[in-house]
Amino acid sequence: MAIVYQRSKGLTDVETHYCPGCTHGIIHRLVAETLEELDILGKTIGVAPVGCSVFAYDYFNCDMQEAAHGRAPAVATGIKRVLPDKVVFTYQGDGDLAAIGTGEITHAAMRGENITTIFVNNAIYGMTGGQMAPTTLVGQRATTAPLGREKSHAGSPIRIAELLATLDGAAYIERVTVTSPANVMRAKRAIRKAFELQLEGRGFTMIEVLSTCPTNWGLTPVKALEWLNENMIPVFPLGVYKDITKEEA
Amino acid sequence: MAKELWKGNEAIAEAAIRAGCRCYFGYPITPQSEIPEYMSLHMPKAGGVFLQSESEIAAINMVYGASGAGARVMTSSSSPGVSLKQEGISYMCGAELPGVIVNVMRGGPGLGTIQPAQGDYFQATRGGGNGDYRLIVFAPANIQEVVDLMQEAFELADQYRMPVMMLLDGMIGQMMEPIEWKKPPVSPDDLPAKPWATTGTKEGRAPNIINSLFIDPEACNVHNQRLEEKYRRVIENEQRYETNDTDGAEVIFVAYGTPARLARAAAGLLEKEGIKAGVFRPVTVWPYPYEALHEVAIQDSVKVVVTVEMSTGQMVDDVRIGVNGVKPVSFIGQAGGVIPTPREVANAALKALGR
Ligand SMILES: Cc1ncc(C[n+]2csc(CCOP(=O)(O)OP(=O)(O)O)c2C)c(N)n1
Ligand code: SF4
Repeated sequence: MAIVYQRSKGLTDVETHYCPGCTHGIIHRLVAETLEELDILGKTIGVAPVGCSVFAYDYFNCDMQEAAHGRAPAVATGIKRVLPDKVVFTYQGDGDLAAIGTGEITHAAMRGENITTIFVNNAIYGMTGGQMAPTTLVGQRATTAPLGREKSHAGSPIRIAELLATLDGAAYIERVTVTSPANVMRAKRAIRKAFELQLEGRGFTMIEVLSTCPTNWGLTPVKALEWLNENMIPVFPLGVYKDITKEEA
Repeated sequence: MAKELWKGNEAIAEAAIRAGCRCYFGYPITPQSEIPEYMSLHMPKAGGVFLQSESEIAAINMVYGASGAGARVMTSSSSPGVSLKQEGISYMCGAELPGVIVNVMRGGPGLGTIQPAQGDYFQATRGGGNGDYRLIVFAPANIQEVVDLMQEAFELADQYRMPVMMLLDGMIGQMMEPIEWKKPPVSPDDLPAKPWATTGTKEGRAPNIINSLFIDPEACNVHNQRLEEKYRRVIENEQRYETNDTDGAEVIFVAYGTPARLARAAAGLLEKEGIKAGVFRPVTVWPYPYEALHEVAIQDSVKVVVTVEMSTGQMVDDVRIGVNGVKPVSFIGQAGGVIPTPREVANAALKALGR
């Protein structure tokens, strides 16, 4: 009998704590598969954020560090500068990366820090119970925006991929999602490309993944996927925002 | 060996490199900017890492990452910058990461002044970050002592897996003194192995995890109790202090850093006036040498204990704990970059004696 699907070697057998239908799990698997396929699990150090994916240090089957809220890119910088031949990645939510950690991610990108960031954008603070994130859509309800985000009060969502793509140090930046098998395949290719460029020493790479939070959006897993497609993608268009390999061609 | 003239800040940077430190992250701030400046030139020459970070928050978190990756690593700053490092220091303590943090203190609160002060004593010894944690805090009083202690600072950090702070006032960072390099330089290759570091599993061992999260209350309590037990070992073994002419003295000055030198001068003034005065100087302000101070204060000859600080009175709390009521404790200090003169210090003692 042929095995067509099994747990990636890049994941430990610890059961994750993610809510049913949360796409954090799919994104974990894509990163894990990539590390396995590139045969770099033994030379990779991951950095977990503060957010729903805080326990990522228990799930990825490689050396891991847990960073303070938003500081993962600084922690990753410290690791990479000491161990330039190793592969270093951060896995961060949108509160972690786009609010409290905007300084750290921006300067890591500016320096062309040779690390890969997996940026999970679910337009909300998941772990703390659905408060407004900088990525929350205008009109979207959150526990700290009970009537919906108001532009005149809280501004409009921050587009991190576009922002970081303006920096010379960024080598590859793409926004993807995981709402359909085709999108999952595309996300996988993007993540793989980011790690490959890191292995080539090309500089900072970030894959922004639009992700669901059925629990705090108050939607079923299927409805959450639909809501993401219909509402998030128009505000956060998918696509490649920076690719130095194309610029050189 | 011949003596060399060194500026405090540059000496501390060179001493770190000689102690086998090959990794520095920092952000400019007066009066310590000579440390990153020196490091930017000499760390790469020694084959190490120098990086100017975007903030002190980033710097301490880079230290966290580098330390977790096994490096002998340091950062430096001055008071407002050290405030920003408190988050990272707490996380390093929680994750049991070694590292050296230099604070060349200036006047506060807030932006304060760039002149020397000692207003960060509480922050250094009581912890400015969250949670139950401690730092080993060295408070050298001259540049020779700064360079002598630097190697020990890194060694203790590794031994106990905790951050060590070098607490200097701006005077010591900025002045020049003749020093001797007494200890041979340490090669990073000769440092003890760190099997806990995240250097990649090579798929030959289970993953190493650097972490301070213990979500289960029982587990978090166990973690805290284990840390506390470690801190108790530090208290037992790592207290350092110096006494000058304290035997049979009538007045005991207690001071660390620059004020300890002023206190020596003040004791000289009192001597001329027929009053025997000595100086008790803690070299570690955590762990604080309470018992040693108590032994000195309890002598029959001692009438008063006078604490001298470049602050409005912070270490005096520890002096009171050490003296524990056996003798009256008084305080003389100036803050915000004003330094008390030896005459003022001597007069404070005379006043305490009721003369
Ligand atoms: C300094 C600090 N501030 C606030 C928090 C509380 N906190 C924990 S997770 C989080 C937000 C996480 O949201 P996000 O990064 O979007 O990740 P998600 O949970 O949605 O995956 C916050 C505010 C914290 N742990 N530390
Ligand atoms: S709260 Fe939201 S982001 Fe967090 S695990 Fe649940 S669904 Fe996922």
